Formats: sequence, C-alpha cells, structure tokens
Amino acid sequence: MSAAEAALRARTTRNAWLLVTPALVVLSAAAIAPLALVLVYSFLTPGDYGNVVWSFSLNGWQKVVVERDIFDETLHLAEAHLTIFWRSVSLSLVTTVLSFFAGFPTAWFIATRPANQRAIWLFLITLPFWTNLLIRTFAINQIIRNEGLLNTLLLNLGVISTPLQMTYTEGALLVGMVYVYLPLMVLPLYAALERFDLRLLEAAYDLYATRWQVLTRVVLPIARPGIVAGSILVFVPCLGAYVTPRLLGGGKLMMLGNFIELQFGQGRNWPLGAALSIVLLVIVMAALLVYVRAINGEKRHG
Amino acid sequence: MAEPKPFHVADLPGVGPTALLVFAGLYAPILTLVVYSFNASPSVATWDGFTFDWYLKAWGNAAVMNAAANSLIVATLAAVLSTALATLAALGTTRRPAFFGITAVYAAINQPLMVPEIVTAVALLIVVAAIKAATGYAGLGYLVVAHTAFCIPFAYLPIRARLEGMDLTLETAAADLYASPWQSFRFVTLPQLAPGILAGGMLAFVTSLDDVVITEFIKSPGQDTLPTYMLGQLRRAMTPDINALSAALLGLTLVLLSGFFLLSRRKS
Repeated sequence: MSAAEAALRARTTRNAWLLVTPALVVLSAAAIAPLALVLVYSFLTPGDYGNVVWSFSLNGWQKVVVERDIFDETLHLAEAHLTIFWRSVSLSLVTTVLSFFAGFPTAWFIATRPANQRAIWLFLITLPFWTNLLIRTFAINQIIRNEGLLNTLLLNLGVISTPLQMTYTEGALLVGMVYVYLPLMVLPLYAALERFDLRLLEAAYDLYATRWQVLTRVVLPIARPGIVAGSILVFVPCLGAYVTPRLLGGGKLMMLGNFIELQFGQGRNWPLGAALSIVLLVIVMAALLVYVRAINGEKRHG
Repeated sequence: MAEPKPFHVADLPGVGPTALLVFAGLYAPILTLVVYSFNASPSVATWDGFTFDWYLKAWGNAAVMNAAANSLIVATLAAVLSTALATLAALGTTRRPAFFGITAVYAAINQPLMVPEIVTAVALLIVVAAIKAATGYAGLGYLVVAHTAFCIPFAYLPIRARLEGMDLTLETAAADLYASPWQSFRFVTLPQLAPGILAGGMLAFVTSLDDVVITEFIKSPGQDTLPTYMLGQLRRAMTPDINALSAALLGLTLVLLSGFFLLSRRKS
C-alpha cells in the first residue's frame, strides 16, 4: 500500500468513527452504561424506603435463591422465587413451541403463495407485530375475561351456565404470549423458506422419498436457521415479559419481569431487583450465544 | 402398485386451514376491540347500536389529552433525534471498508434489541433516580433521551438497507465535477437516501409511541404517556373509552405502517 492509499484509508476510518460517535454517545449514556450500574447496585444494601445505601452487601444476590427465616435466622431455599423462575422459563419454552407449531404452517403458506401475493400476506403478519403490545394484550383480555366475548357467547348459547375463569391462569398467559409474539416466529421462518425453490421438494418426492424423509432430510435443514432465529426471537421477550403477565396473570401469576418490578416498587429491595435483572440478562445472553453459534455453524457447513 | 399421491408444496394437507386460522386468530381480537369501541352499550355482552360517545368521552378527558400530548412530544423528538443519529451511523458503517471495532459498533447499535426491556427499564430507573435526586429536574427530558436510544436500531435498519442498495458511482461522478463533500452529500446522497430516512423515522416514531415498560419505570409522577395511562386504567376496570383510545392508536399505527411499506417497496 502506498503512503497516499494508507492516508486515504486512515481518513475514511476516521470519518467513519466521527459519523458513528453521536449515536454511540447516546447509546452509551442511555442504554449501555446504566447496565453496568445495575451490576454495581446488585452488590449494595437496600435502603429502608427503596433505593440503596452505598455499602457493600451480598444480601441481594443471596435473596435470589435463599431466604432467611424471620424467627430462627436459618437459611432455606426461597421457594416462591424458584416458582417464579420456573414459571418464566417453562411458559417461555411452551410459548416458543406453540408458536412454532402455529407459525410453521403459516410461514409455509406464505412462502408457497404466488410471488406477487406474498407481500400482502407478510404485511398482514407484520401489522399486529407493530401494534402496541398493550393494546394486543388488552384485545385478548376482552375476549377471554369473565365478562368477555367468549364467555358471553357461550352463556348465551347455553353451553355453560357460569362464566369460565380463563384470565389469571397459566393458560391465559400462554394464549396471550403466543398471540403477542407469534409474528416473531413467522417472519424468520418465512425468510428461511423463501430463499429456496420449494418445488424442489416435489422433485424429491418424485424420486420416491417418503413424506417423512422429505420433511426430515430436506425441509428441516432448509428451515433450520429460521427455526433457530424464530425460537430465540420468541423465547427472549417471553422471558422478560412484563405487560402480558401483568394484565392476564393479575399479580398472582408473576413472571420474572413482574417480580423484578416488584422489588423496585412495593418490595423496596433494589439490590435484589438488580441481581434478578442480571440473572435475566445472563440467561438471555446465553440464548443469544446459542443463536450466534447455530448461525455460524450454518455458514461453515453451507 | 398404487401410484403415490401427487405432491404439491402449495397445498399440503392442513397447511392452508392452519394458516388461515392463524390469520383469523391474529385479527379477531383486534377487530373485536375496534367494533366494540363503537358500541353504545358499555358491555361486550350487548350491542346497543353505533356511537362515537366513547371517542368523545376520551377526547374530553383532560388526563387523556395530557397523556396524548406527552406521547406526541416524546415520540416526535425521539424519532427526529434517533433518525438523525442513525443516519450518521449508517453512513459511517456502510459503503466503506470494514474498520477495526466495527463489530463493537454493530453490537452497541443493536443493544436495545438484545437486552430485555425490563432490564433496560430498571437500569434507567437507577440512573434517572440518581439524576433527579441530584438536580431536581423532573421533565420529559429523561423520556426523550431514553426513547431516542432505544429507537436508534429501528431507525438504523431501513436506512442502512437503503444505503446498501446505492453504489458510490454518483458520488464519485459528483466529486469528479468538483462538488465539495458537503455538496455531494446534500445534492446526491441525501435525495436518494430520503425514502430510507423517512421509513426509519416512521418506525422510530411507532416504536416510541408504543413503549410501555421503560416509560412506566422512568416517568415522573403524573407524567403519563398514552400507553402508561392505559396501563394505569386497566389496573382498575375495563372501560369502553380505553377501547376507543386503543382503536385510535391502532388507526395511527396503521397509517404510519402503510406509509412505511409504500416507501420501502418503492426502492425495489
């Protein structure tokens, strides 16, 4: 490289940094640096009226899994906390699986429409996704609450005599979360399927592959990047869900997001809330790491 | 030997019905909400005829109007600021050789998409509480800065996509004709990039308008936006004017998104 080329290159790089710096400053101040502070706060002492006292304590982290008996000072597992953890993880997993079973046929359907119709079907999937999450949860609630449309219909038809209690159950949380996050499963699945000429499958079938073989040897490998991406995109926001469990679980069926909020509100234990946030962040980062690995593996083989 | 049944990818058994059921399931609750926002009866159990009363009631409610004003101020400022920052960042990260640290830049820009909203909300609550205690400032500034930050990736993606579809020949031609870098940006790059910038701005606006969790955590007392106002109301009872409010917000989202799709389809 000549001196002039090197100088030019140094200049473009410098310009690039000048251009990205304003965005980086805002992101650092309002998104990245605050996260570091959460880690610091998780090691401080809770204040009596919320906030923290600036003295080191492991109390917050300890409380994530154990609690001290108020009478005899012994430590035992905080079962209530573990229940919330388990509920968050299991409901998120089930939501992901249900979204896949509803989302795959939908993505397949869109990918096999004539090319000029696909944009419209995609738009129909994207529209609910961009609609306010609160409004969508509210809409679901209108359908399934005791005075809601479904109960009213069933009562009027004489199928039931008293309203079915559907809200404030884990089933309601599942329905709500699948409803809210399904588009995030359909879009990457569609993106994966759309890259391939699916009529090639008809060729496999003509060559006497069974339906099962077509599914396992051709369709699933084609769809794999979409399955991984869609699962992550559904699983991650489910795990941190706050609005949906709050409206459909009614404070009784808390998930991790609500439990974190509680510590910053009535719980008045900011260090515990901070520690729980770090736990959630670590689980999410682990999930994203799995995703990155799966995608990179794809590139190496492909 | 029986011939295997013909196999067509476009009509596998069960796929069409399942997909249509999914579409119906996605739209039925939203449509119900919109329809009942015009119901004269306050309950979903009966249809008492068509009315605009709930809209008028929401319109006449000072708390709703205050929340709507806050929402529009925050969303407008956040959309303008984040789009400006995202445009610069997109210009800095496309159409030039990769430079050392570019992966970190991507990670920073996409950070709001990766970190759960509740965690960002908690982190900002900590910072905002400290600044409030130190300065006493309790205005909309916190919301504007926070919204600007998490809107950046939403504005960035369409702008970047647009830039990647533009090659540098026109800029090179402009430079050959003695255009200054600023002139070539102003009269060559910017007009081509405009649809991308507009699309990014719309996505940022919608994203800010929809935010519940972060706003709920860092707003000062009495400083509601439309979503946090609705969340507060839903905690008490379901009232039909919330239906009307939801339907109105939905209409606004629909208009903005249709605009976005028309803009992004024009590029291809």
